[in-house]
Amino acid sequence: MKNQWFTISVYSENNVGLLNRISGIFLKRHINIESLNVSKSEIDEVSKFTIVVYTTEQWVHNIVGQIEKQIEVIKAFYHKDDETIYQESALFKIDSALLFDERQIQNIIKESNSQIVTVSREFFVLAKSGRRPEIDEMYEQLKPYGIMQFVRSGRISVTKDEMQISALLKELKV
Amino acid sequence: METIKEKQSSSKPKSTIKISGAEAIIHCLLAEGVDLLYGYPGGAIMPVYDELYKFQDKLTHILTRHEQGATHAAQGYARVSGRVGVAMATSGPGATNLVTGLADAQIDSTPMVCITGQVPRHLLGSDAFQETDIIGISTPVTKWNYQITKASEIPEILAKAFFIAKSGRPGPVLVDITKNAQFDEFEFSYEKCKGVRSYNPAPKPNMGAIDAAAALINKAKKPFIVWGQGVILGEAEEELKAVIEKAGIPAAWTIMGESAIPTNHPLNVGMVGMHGNYGPNILTNECDVLIAVGMRFDDRVTGSLDTYAKQAKVVHFEIDPAEINKNVPADVAVLGNSKETLALLLPKLEKSSHEDWNNEFKKKRDIEFEQVIKNDIHPTKEGLTMGEVIEQINIASKNKAVIVSDVGQHQMIACRYAKFAQSKSNITSGGLGTMGFGLPAAIGAKQGAMDREVVAIIGDGGYQMTIQELGVIFQHQIPVKIVVLNNDHLGMVRQWQELFFDKRYASTVMVNPDFVKIAEGYHIEAKRVSKREDLKATIETMIASDKPYFLEVKVEKEDNVFPMIPSGASVSDIRLK
Ligand SMILES: Cc1ncc(C[n+]2csc(CCOP(=O)(O)OP(=O)(O)O)c2C)c(N)n1
Repeated sequence: MKNQWFTISVYSENNVGLLNRISGIFLKRHINIESLNVSKSEIDEVSKFTIVVYTTEQWVHNIVGQIEKQIEVIKAFYHKDDETIYQESALFKIDSALLFDERQIQNIIKESNSQIVTVSREFFVLAKSGRRPEIDEMYEQLKPYGIMQFVRSGRISVTKDEMQISALLKELKV
Repeated sequence: METIKEKQSSSKPKSTIKISGAEAIIHCLLAEGVDLLYGYPGGAIMPVYDELYKFQDKLTHILTRHEQGATHAAQGYARVSGRVGVAMATSGPGATNLVTGLADAQIDSTPMVCITGQVPRHLLGSDAFQETDIIGISTPVTKWNYQITKASEIPEILAKAFFIAKSGRPGPVLVDITKNAQFDEFEFSYEKCKGVRSYNPAPKPNMGAIDAAAALINKAKKPFIVWGQGVILGEAEEELKAVIEKAGIPAAWTIMGESAIPTNHPLNVGMVGMHGNYGPNILTNECDVLIAVGMRFDDRVTGSLDTYAKQAKVVHFEIDPAEINKNVPADVAVLGNSKETLALLLPKLEKSSHEDWNNEFKKKRDIEFEQVIKNDIHPTKEGLTMGEVIEQINIASKNKAVIVSDVGQHQMIACRYAKFAQSKSNITSGGLGTMGFGLPAAIGAKQGAMDREVVAIIGDGGYQMTIQELGVIFQHQIPVKIVVLNNDHLGMVRQWQELFFDKRYASTVMVNPDFVKIAEGYHIEAKRVSKREDLKATIETMIASDKPYFLEVKVEKEDNVFPMIPSGASVSDIRLK
């Protein structure tokens, strides 16, 4: 079986120890978490972990089974890239002088569909949302001019099909 | 956290005045029906021990000589009784000493609740004296764990701990309680936990799956059942027996499932796995439908997965959805508690006897008898064998004993040759293979089934890992029978060295103390047997005794356990010598 990208979505109760439990499941199998995002979900008081892994379908199936087994986990799903709408966000901090001295920078901003979040005397910050290759491309373009700081978020995603979670919660009797 | 509760009025302390967290812990234990626990005191758990002192007429605390012993004793207790075992320890080293027992209980699905003391809330994270992050440490080896930092959390969390430990696929739960929460007072009331929103203990049986399973089994010419501990945990022994009898299906067990069906049942064809019986291993690769019940296809059972039962359709009865397709893909997965699912399956099965197929097992049994079993239990050579010791114990105890084994050659021999007439009788460390399990687990087993004979079978290596628990046996006069099969080696490792490492016996020779004197030092009656003519009578004396008894049997130093599936080989490549 070949390696592919999978997005794992975990709906859970809010709990301090759960992140440790979930990351331990990957650690035990020597599988790298490519990205991880924790946020609230569409359901009150239910958190959502979005985890991206590059592995085989058999492993992701096994891992999701183990995740779902954790007491505080309500439900876990995995999806392939073509089954989801997904994005990452990135911030670039760049020397303000470049904004005025380097014409090309302005073109990069325009073409990459990024936004200027803030500008000060010393630096300005660019925000870019999109798929990983778009962000990587922008990074490569800006790199020759000097990037003071760079950060990229974990993937966030929603599925094209319905997630069978609300019905499940009703059935489990909230 | 959303928990579903059941009001419990009887367990409430009489007055409505406030009580301390420590006292509340005792009331919670009593409300859960706990009357016995194992543990070891220390600074961070002292308020609870102070309450144990006050409640000693209702709750017996057994001071093991090491916290690991407390966990294994709690496990032994849980495994024979089906109840939740309880162990308690202080923070820091007390808590870390629980880790082996937690890991053992986790992999062998044993219901256990461990309570640890923790430094006061305001010192958390300060590297205070005996502070250790036991929540972080125990996370991978617990079904659930939780740190209580406020007294008022105690009732709800302990109720949840017991519910989670026992329900569904059981497992160990650790509750860490900071010292301030033990001292603080609050208004106590207790409600048993009936459910946790995000936790579904057992999937509901799906009739479609049961129909599909029945169809496959009814069509099968060579159906074969392998059952595991799920049958015992689910108390599905009668249901399984009814299924195999109606459909005439030969059935084999994993060591964790042993004793669920009596050894002498004609359809009980023995043990699968690395040192299991010849027939069930070899015929795994000849059956047409393999029906796995409450087992998880451990690698010690399957050998190489690439060549495991490839010809067969696989039907997997299992409570834990994460086990389905984990190691062996299932053609039909029947999720749910085996007691329910097997009962639903039964009326859909057609009567059958599969005579020719059952005969195949008998033929293989005869081969194994001639080449292995005969020499193990009726040896003609001079040295004593482990097998003949087990056989004499069977005879003297009329197959009624609970057999608790440690880990190694003696364990495999005990599982191969012990005979059982009753379920929950084979207590061993299956998944983790924890040397040192045997002696403390035997203490717990005896206390969990005081009316039964409990015989511990232990190697000279593993015995010395928890030998200090003789102190418990002496202090409380717990009438367990301890049999050390002394080959002066770490026998199982020596066997691998002989077979796979050109006899380089690196660190497997044991220079042993006088075990009889050690037992006598604890005032336990002790005997050593090194000649065959003394064996039978001494074992009879041991079984007849109503006191603790220690027996050392000097067995052949360099015997091997066969049959054997070498690690990573196919079940078809099982070796008889
Ligand atoms: C705690 C622990 N350490 C190491 C091992 C590896 N191990 C498995 S069997 C064995 C030898 C056991 O020797 P002994 O207790 O004398 O029993 P025998 O095999 O001779 O019957 C060892 C070292 C283990 N299972 N558990």
